[in-house]
Parts: sequence; C-alpha cells; structure tokens
Amino acid sequence: MPPPRRTYKPEGRSGSRPGGSRPSSGARPSGPSGAPGGRKQYFRRRKVCKFCEEKIDFIDYKEVRLIGQFVSERGKILPRRLTGTCSPHQRSVALAIKRARNIALLSFAAKV
Amino acid sequence: MRKYEVIFIVRPDLADEEIEKLIAHMETFATEAGGKIEKVEKLGRRRLAYRVERQREGFYVLFILEGSGDTVKELERRLKVTDTVIKFMTVRVDEELKRAAKMKVIREKRAARRPAPKPAAPPVVPIAPVEPVPPAEGAAQS
Repeated sequence: MPPPRRTYKPEGRSGSRPGGSRPSSGARPSGPSGAPGGRKQYFRRRKVCKFCEEKIDFIDYKEVRLIGQFVSERGKILPRRLTGTCSPHQRSVALAIKRARNIALLSFAAKV
Repeated sequence: MRKYEVIFIVRPDLADEEIEKLIAHMETFATEAGGKIEKVEKLGRRRLAYRVERQREGFYVLFILEGSGDTVKELERRLKVTDTVIKFMTVRVDEELKRAAKMKVIREKRAARRPAPKPAAPPVVPIAPVEPVPPAEGAAQS
C-alpha cells in the first residue's frame, strides 16, 4: 500500500457547494503563496479512504456504527466525493448499506 | 459447501426461553437439511430502523452455517412459516471472506517488502526548516 499522501488538493469548484465545510479540515493557506489566475485558492487536506487507512478488507453490514458514517441524515448513501472513500471500498460500503437496510439496521428513508 | 450468514429478527414480546426454544428448533432444521452450524449469535434486542409488522423493536439472531443451497432454502422456508420471526436475510459470505483473506496476504507481502525502500525515503525530510530551529533556541536559553 502506498503511504498516505499528504498532497494538497486545490478545491476549485467547491465554493458554491453548500456542504463545503464537510469533514475535511478547514481550508488552510499553505505552501508558497501565489494564486496564478488571481483566483482565490484554498488548499484542503486530501481525503483518504477510511477503509484503506484502517486496513478493513471486509465491510460487515452488521456494524451499524461504522456504516452509519457513510449515510446522510436522510438515509442516503454518501457519494465518494464527500467521504473520500476509494472506489473498491465505496462499492462494498454501498453493498453493506443495502444489506443493512434490508434487515432493518438502517432506514431506507429517514424523516427529517 | 458454501458458507452463509442467516440473520433473522424475532418478535420482541417473546419470552427469553421461547426465543431459546425457537433458536434450538431452527438449529435442528438446519442440521437436518444437511447444514453444519458454525456459530449461533444472539445480537440481542435492538431498535428497528423502520416498523416491521407493527414492531419497533426486534430480537436479532445470527446463524453462521455451512451448507448447500437446499439447506438455506429449507431454513428460509421454515423461517417464513414461523409467525414469531418477523424478518430474515441470508448472505453468502464465503467468497467475500476469501477475497478479504487474499487482500490480507497481499498486504502482508507488501509490508514485508516495504522496509527495504524505507531508508531511501528520509532524505525528503531535511527540506523542512523546522529541524535546525530547536538547537538554536536551546542555545539562546543556555
């Protein structure tokens, strides 16, 4: 496994997204200053896949506490761009969430 | 032989001994149908995420068993006709476990190979100006 990269990813188009202040740490100006285009640039910590980090191979549908982190308030599966999960793990998370819904561990749709 | 996880929810208003009895029954049904029970786990009373047969709570029971498709078919049929079981689900787990085991092996191999390139990595660190600072401060204090 490659070591967790500490690269910083400019968040170009996130300005308009309401969920801009999601789990990732706040914007921090780092590195040599200089936004070439005059546009403000925010650097944000790169999100890493939780399952790769913690070396979880098998995502169990019975671990509601773990899976619940990848579900929105309304019970929707969160997209990869918000959680930072890698694509193989996203697929298994989605499967686990669907299984958990089937056996009433997670809700299909939650009232708000 | 395949490995399955059968999880089912029993009505919460059942007495403990009745739940025990039900579990024992299900175990015998599974073994009679050619299955081999590896583990029976009572996950306990839990709140359901949504109402099932007008129940808000349920008693979860998990079976891990080895058997063929017919075993599961028979066990599911039994669960279906039992009124005290409000929901059940079967998941085939052998392939997922195999994949997980494979991933683990791959990771261990990589971990074993990793230490060799490691010494080459540190040279990146000295670029940071942080390191020379602490001695300077120490000198100023003394």
